[in-house]
Amino acid sequence: MKLDEHYELFRASCLRFAREKIAPFVEEWEEAELFPRELYLEAAAAGVLAAAYPEEYGGGGGDMLHGLIGVEALLTGGSSGVVAGLGSLGIALPPILALGSEEQKQRFIAPVLRGEKVAALAITEPGTGSDVAGIATRAVRDGTDYVLNGSKMFITSGARADLVSVLARTGPDKHGGLTFFVVEKGMPGFSVSRALKKTGWRASDTAELGFDGVRVPEANRIGDEGSGFVALMKNFQHERLALAFYGHATAAIALEDALAYARARSAFGRPLVGFQVTRHKLARMATEVEAARTLNYSCALRVRDGDYLVKEVSMAKNFSAEVAQRVCYEAVQIFGGMGFMRETRVERLSRDARLLPIGGGTTEIMNEIIAKGLGL
Amino acid sequence: MKILVALKRVADPANHNKVKIPAAGDKIDTAGLEWQINPFDLYALETALRLTEDGKAPKTRLGEVVAVTLGPAETETNLRSALATGADRAIRVDTTDDALDGRLVAAALQKLVEEEKPDLVLMGKQVVDGENNYVGQALAELLDWPMATFAATIKEEAGGLLVGREVDGGVSTLRVKFPAVVTVDLRIVAPDSVRSSKTAEGFKYPYEEVRFAPLPAIMQAKKKPLAVKKLADLVGGATLSSKYVKFEAPPARKAGVKVKDVQELVQKLATEAKAI
Ligand SMILES: Cc1cc2nc3c(=O)[nH]c(=O)nc-3n(C[C@H](O)[C@H](O)[C@H](O)COP(=O)(O)OP(=O)(O)OC[C@H]3O[C@@H](n4cnc5c(N)ncnc54)[C@H](O)[C@@H]3O)c2cc1C
Ligand SMILES: Cc1cc2nc3c(=O)[nH]c(=O)nc-3n(C[C@H](O)[C@H](O)[C@H](O)COP(=O)(O)OP(=O)(O)OC[C@H]3O[C@@H](n4cnc5c(N)ncnc54)[C@H](O)[C@@H]3O)c2cc1C
Repeated sequence: MKLDEHYELFRASCLRFAREKIAPFVEEWEEAELFPRELYLEAAAAGVLAAAYPEEYGGGGGDMLHGLIGVEALLTGGSSGVVAGLGSLGIALPPILALGSEEQKQRFIAPVLRGEKVAALAITEPGTGSDVAGIATRAVRDGTDYVLNGSKMFITSGARADLVSVLARTGPDKHGGLTFFVVEKGMPGFSVSRALKKTGWRASDTAELGFDGVRVPEANRIGDEGSGFVALMKNFQHERLALAFYGHATAAIALEDALAYARARSAFGRPLVGFQVTRHKLARMATEVEAARTLNYSCALRVRDGDYLVKEVSMAKNFSAEVAQRVCYEAVQIFGGMGFMRETRVERLSRDARLLPIGGGTTEIMNEIIAKGLGL
Repeated sequence: MKILVALKRVADPANHNKVKIPAAGDKIDTAGLEWQINPFDLYALETALRLTEDGKAPKTRLGEVVAVTLGPAETETNLRSALATGADRAIRVDTTDDALDGRLVAAALQKLVEEEKPDLVLMGKQVVDGENNYVGQALAELLDWPMATFAATIKEEAGGLLVGREVDGGVSTLRVKFPAVVTVDLRIVAPDSVRSSKTAEGFKYPYEEVRFAPLPAIMQAKKKPLAVKKLADLVGGATLSSKYVKFEAPPARKAGVKVKDVQELVQKLATEAKAI
């Protein structure tokens, strides 16, 4: 697959950022379960934080493929959590970009793209995840404000977000009664209920958020009342493609580490690659990585060129998430006991990969969408 | 000020284990290598950009930086990377790596300098592949220009540069008059190492590295001029004056270990490495 040179030059920039600004610190950040906030500023200064956003708000003026290449390249730093944390703006801002007024874009989007503020997206709740339209968080109009009550769960960058794009119910219609609001840090009644401890993605903060009678001014309502669901569905397409890229990128790193280890490690008087069973295992892993990458790029190029590919993006997300599970599992296996030790990268990759069939819409929900696309 | 920066591509030093030498040992197998600009040459590029801007308003160019490389067509990617980083235009001298040695490179650069008439030629003190530390000095000799090597600091002054060079046991400071050739060392990218005539005294860059190229600059790089010249047009029929006889890979290094503290380090140095 040959991409235009500007994509490759941008990739080189992101690879350098991952090598110099992420990789050396990953172990420390994973243990601390957080990376320093300054990384947002550094990523913005290096032009890797917001390449896919319009220049008028401080973005790089690129397209969605730049964003995906950024994800793929930054993952070579070895921590999905760092990329997810840096990337939470990638799910938080698109609804504002799509529905917000010019004033809202300048107020909310620009400081996030400069790395000065952190943004999060809050859809999932303690009581509902997959069934998005079943959310219970309500926003009730009161004069020129809305009063928001409810709670949100598993919110990436939630604990330190300065602004949160919150989906809330404003009307009775199941899908047509949902609206986005931007809730800002410091608004009375908005609190971080708890920071959550996770299996993987450990360097990213994930939080439960509480909204207890938060007065949100109308100026923070994004789009018309009832416009939330459609915007969210479009957002999902993007998020799922990004998670598909996490899948092949994570698997590719695990494969690289497994290849190096299998060459260097000996058992029974020969290197592991001297066993046909190991060689074939590696051959299978490489094939799966290539297949996932190819499917993902082919979807990405079509989406970039304007196709709205619900079924194919769901396929890509599922396939890639499964490839990541299998390839990371086998990589750990090739490492033997070392693959179970926190000091190896494959150990972390195998934990990070476990999120992929869950986040952004589970494998089962993706299969429902694919089945629907098949007319079932 | 007009500055010519010479850049050479090298196998990505972060992926040096991909460099392969065939059993015959007669060459380096370059298939599948990932290429990058020599790090020291990138420092030279950063230096050139700093010398042609006011540090506090780097978006306004106050001089011209011309990036030059000698190599096959695919090295244009490296030149466009330099253009994205901030160089104003680029020249590629069409040739292949195996058709070059230091002397030919210096001779070709001499001709380009005579055509371009820069005030200053900047390049890395050496390339990280061959480690020859040769071309800068050879070029200064051919041009009969003043030269400063291993520059760690550069301050522009009327008609020339004040160059600080780190040498064993201290710093030697040279004053060179334009036009000149300067080769740079690692420390040249420190926040206050380079000062143009427009940059205020005491100004510090907020970073200590080669600047990243943001996407808009990457997109603009496509539109900046990139000229191609033939090596023969610059150096006539000159041929290689040195020849590689044999390549051997260094013995594979064993993986290192991480130590907790100085005590453990000293203990390992004494009992395992037997170095103390
Ligand atoms: C690390 C992490 C980060 C996250 N970040 C964010 C974030 O930033 N913002 C945000 O809003 N959310 C976030 N999430 C939430 C994530 O999107 C949800 O966890 C996910 O959508 C699944 O919802 P759930 O956890 O409520 O599972 P549930 O919906 O309770 O599902 C439980 C199980 O039931 C299955 N199931 C549900 N419905 C069906 C059905 N119709 N048919 C068959 N099986 C079904 C599911 O597939 C799953 O296996 C994050 C989650 C994690 C783990
Ligand atoms: C949490 C934990 C606790 C442990 N506790 C103990 C303990 O108390 N005492 C103790 O002595 N050990 C202990 N071990 C070590 C454990 O028994 C070894 O990790 C295990 O036997 C694998 O050996 P290895 O890690 O050296 O892997 P290796 O032998 O290096 O194997 C690496 C990979 O190569 C494959 N391989 C090796 N030989 C062949 C072959 N001939 N054909 C095909 N594939 C091959 C393996 O299946 C594996 O996938 C522990 C390990 C862990 C992770």
